[in-house]
Amino acid sequence: MYPGVAIIDYGMGNLHSVYKKLSGLKVRAIMATTPAEVLKADKIILPGVGHFGKAMQNLKNLGIYDSLNEAVLVKKTPILGICLGMQLMANESEEGNEPGFGWINARVVKFRIQNQLKYKVPQTGWNSINICKESSLLTNIENQSEFYFLHSYCYEGTEPVDRLTTTEFEYEYVSAVQKDHIFGTQFHPEKSHQQGLQLLKNFIQI
Amino acid sequence: MFRPRIIPVLLLNENHLVKSQQFRNYRYIGDPINAVRIFNELMADELVFLDISATRNKRTISYDMVKNIGEEANMPFCVGGGIRELTQIKEIISSGAEKVIIGSYAVENPGFIKKASNEFGSSTITVCIDVKKKLFGKEQVWTLNGSKPTGLDPLNFAQLMEKNGAGEIIVQSIEQDGKMNGYNLKLTKHISENLSIPTIALGGAGKLEDLKKAFIEAGATGLAAGSLFVYYGQNKGVLINYPEKKDIQFLYEE
Repeated sequence: MYPGVAIIDYGMGNLHSVYKKLSGLKVRAIMATTPAEVLKADKIILPGVGHFGKAMQNLKNLGIYDSLNEAVLVKKTPILGICLGMQLMANESEEGNEPGFGWINARVVKFRIQNQLKYKVPQTGWNSINICKESSLLTNIENQSEFYFLHSYCYEGTEPVDRLTTTEFEYEYVSAVQKDHIFGTQFHPEKSHQQGLQLLKNFIQI
Repeated sequence: MFRPRIIPVLLLNENHLVKSQQFRNYRYIGDPINAVRIFNELMADELVFLDISATRNKRTISYDMVKNIGEEANMPFCVGGGIRELTQIKEIISSGAEKVIIGSYAVENPGFIKKASNEFGSSTITVCIDVKKKLFGKEQVWTLNGSKPTGLDPLNFAQLMEKNGAGEIIVQSIEQDGKMNGYNLKLTKHISENLSIPTIALGGAGKLEDLKKAFIEAGATGLAAGSLFVYYGQNKGVLINYPEKKDIQFLYEE
């Protein structure tokens, strides 16, 4: 399965654990920092932790913003965005002024929590997913499985057809999306025990 | 549904695990990587690693150690010990940790928390507040592994940390450390009900009932413990352990 999975390395944290999980699955993966590496890959993982606006700027500064668009929109390379990586796929975010990729028609907003005694932001910890549609990304993953979440911002206004899972944190929000070959999870599969590994395995096999 | 996390806290002294009582009497527990493997099997929610001699020895937690932990761990983990530079945070995060824990240096330089959360996002920055009463005095924040009183009020300091962008606060009772007779619930509640970010209770948990109280009575959404997860039985034999799902149904109660 050459040339393998490109994990986009754009200075936004925590690539090592994704890389190690793929190695554990015997998958060839590289940390990609150049347009050529992005365009050569047959799968792309866009991880990320941190600030939305800064992340988009980093991608542009590295010159891989355009090649990501080309890989995803023209070459139709399957892509998995994780956490901030999923958020970058939306049109825009309340976190910073940079527009997102706009691959998924939604916006990213800060959690709108009423009961702040009970629901502390960032949402930090384990929560369950409600599966909204069938997808090869969720093969052998049970409805209501628990995954690890760590975020202050979430999707809003997602088209029903793109909703893959929802999660409740005072209210129900979209915690994973899929539009054709474009996948995003707000939770961290690389930190979610066996169910997380299964999801990564599913993505590799798409 | 969202539920609180149960978090084993593992203390590192150089490259081995130790456990203390009241921040003293360190006892050798074992090899950290072996512990991570066991916690993987037991499906722990999250792990915390604190290098207790880093600040005193003017060094930071070993990046190689963080990398080794990151390669093994199937769950999120956060690490602390001697962090006082943004570049150190960058190294630790890219080695696989979710979050860093800042203790003494947050007191010394509260503005650092603002810088760090701007750079890496709030959800990456955890502040650990060690609390103890001074003889005939009030509860206050202590630094340098419990050796230096600061005169700071724990809640005021926690609120300053929230304002500066910390993503969560660990409230650790120095007096309760290793005692296994319950958390300082009053302190935990006082802090959790006045913050909008998560509060993690630490220090004193000796049974699952203690975790339940910290969640239900004191509002902590992170339930952390050391001794509870490394000792077993009355004689405190070293045995890494973690509750099974059926034993922690209280986490799912509304």
